[in-house]
Amino acid sequence: MDFQVIIDSMPSLLEGMVLTIQITFLSLVIGFAMAIPLALMRVSKNPLLWMPAYGYIFFFRGTPLLVQLFLIYFGGGQFREQLEMLGLWVFFREAYFCAVFSLALNTAGYTAEILRGAIGAVPTGEIEAAKACGMHGQLLYRRIVLPKAFRLAIQAYSNEVVFLFQATSLVSIITLMDLTGYARVIVARTFDIYEIYITAALLYLCVTYGILYVFKKVEHRWSAHLRQRDTDDVDEAAITASMH
Amino acid sequence: MLDLKGYGWMLRDGLEMTLTVGFSALGVAVVMGLLGAWGKLSSSPVARGLAGTYTTVIRGVPELILILIVYYGTPTLIQSIASSFGHEIIIDVNRFIAGIGTIGFIYGAFATEVFRGAVLAVPKGQLEAAQAYGMSRPQIVRRILLPQVLRFALPGLGNVWMVLIKATALISVIQLPELVRNAQIAAGSTRQPFTFFFATALIFLAITTVSMIIQHRLEAWSNRGIQRG
Repeated sequence: MDFQVIIDSMPSLLEGMVLTIQITFLSLVIGFAMAIPLALMRVSKNPLLWMPAYGYIFFFRGTPLLVQLFLIYFGGGQFREQLEMLGLWVFFREAYFCAVFSLALNTAGYTAEILRGAIGAVPTGEIEAAKACGMHGQLLYRRIVLPKAFRLAIQAYSNEVVFLFQATSLVSIITLMDLTGYARVIVARTFDIYEIYITAALLYLCVTYGILYVFKKVEHRWSAHLRQRDTDDVDEAAITASMH
Repeated sequence: MLDLKGYGWMLRDGLEMTLTVGFSALGVAVVMGLLGAWGKLSSSPVARGLAGTYTTVIRGVPELILILIVYYGTPTLIQSIASSFGHEIIIDVNRFIAGIGTIGFIYGAFATEVFRGAVLAVPKGQLEAAQAYGMSRPQIVRRILLPQVLRFALPGLGNVWMVLIKATALISVIQLPELVRNAQIAAGSTRQPFTFFFATALIFLAITTVSMIIQHRLEAWSNRGIQRG
């Protein structure tokens, strides 16, 4: 192991990590915004709504992300004239746009499926109670169903976030300089395969467990009203405090 | 219908390679998973630590990085070990073996969790009853534990397979001629990337659909004789 190489390449690797996190965050925000209407369409009883949503989710969950990425980045070139006519070619020739676009479409499919499961798991009693209070339609979804569904979905969603964060390493294949991209370039120049790839792996590992830690905190907070209060502990603490 | 311009055979060959790699990697993953679950449930702290590190590291590192480490790293490691003993050797890692090994090793970590859950799902009383009948440990594992573990693990293993077969697309980066790699070549020669990657996507959808049907049948078969409430 040559530690000097690791120290020398650290600034570049961290620069790559910034792009990795940026792409992850952008795709997550766009994907989540798409996932909510998709999930609502998917649980609808109207075939004109649920069938397209079903097809979308089936396609994006059933094919490899790499193929989706190639389909947009390389496949876009096949429709260059049409895209130029629509003024969209400026986007499709940019690797950055294609990367965020395909990652967002992909995570939207997975997130919609997670939300669909969570919406189905909202207890019927709660929905009935809300209806008895006079809520229905949008109000019922906004106040009761969606908040409850988000809480039920957060564990599965944290896995999706980790999955997407790691999947961003694929963007290095379409020439973007993310963490993996920098690692590959440095390895090609120095041939220090182990030192560089293992450092990159450790950086990914740290952020992954960082993400999981944050989600654990959020989940803990969101379920505060469901936890039993430790009244005994409080009393004991009060008694011990008063004794001094 | 998609016009493949006479390059359809490349996709067919690629599909064959993808399925071969997929099945072989699933075999590796099941073996790694059984070993990993055995380690995680073992009373030995060393085995528990090893299995824990295995699943933690694999879960936290992107597959692409792991593939690059195994494919480009292993020969260098062996060569530097050999040269420290005074031997100069050149090793060329077989892409096929490296692909199967890496994918199997990665999804072995996911199979570990599946098998661990399945072992814990077997009622403890049954194992105690078997012990009370005087069965030896290997007998209990073979007669009581494993048949039920396989049944409990089937849904989870089905999911591992679905993710694994899609992950084989990644080994196109080490130029193994599987579906995605062949589609890339065909797309380059015909200048019709969308057509070929779309055809590839459809083939993967077909694999997923067939897998779902088979998984459903397998689960029904393994649950025969189980009463449903």
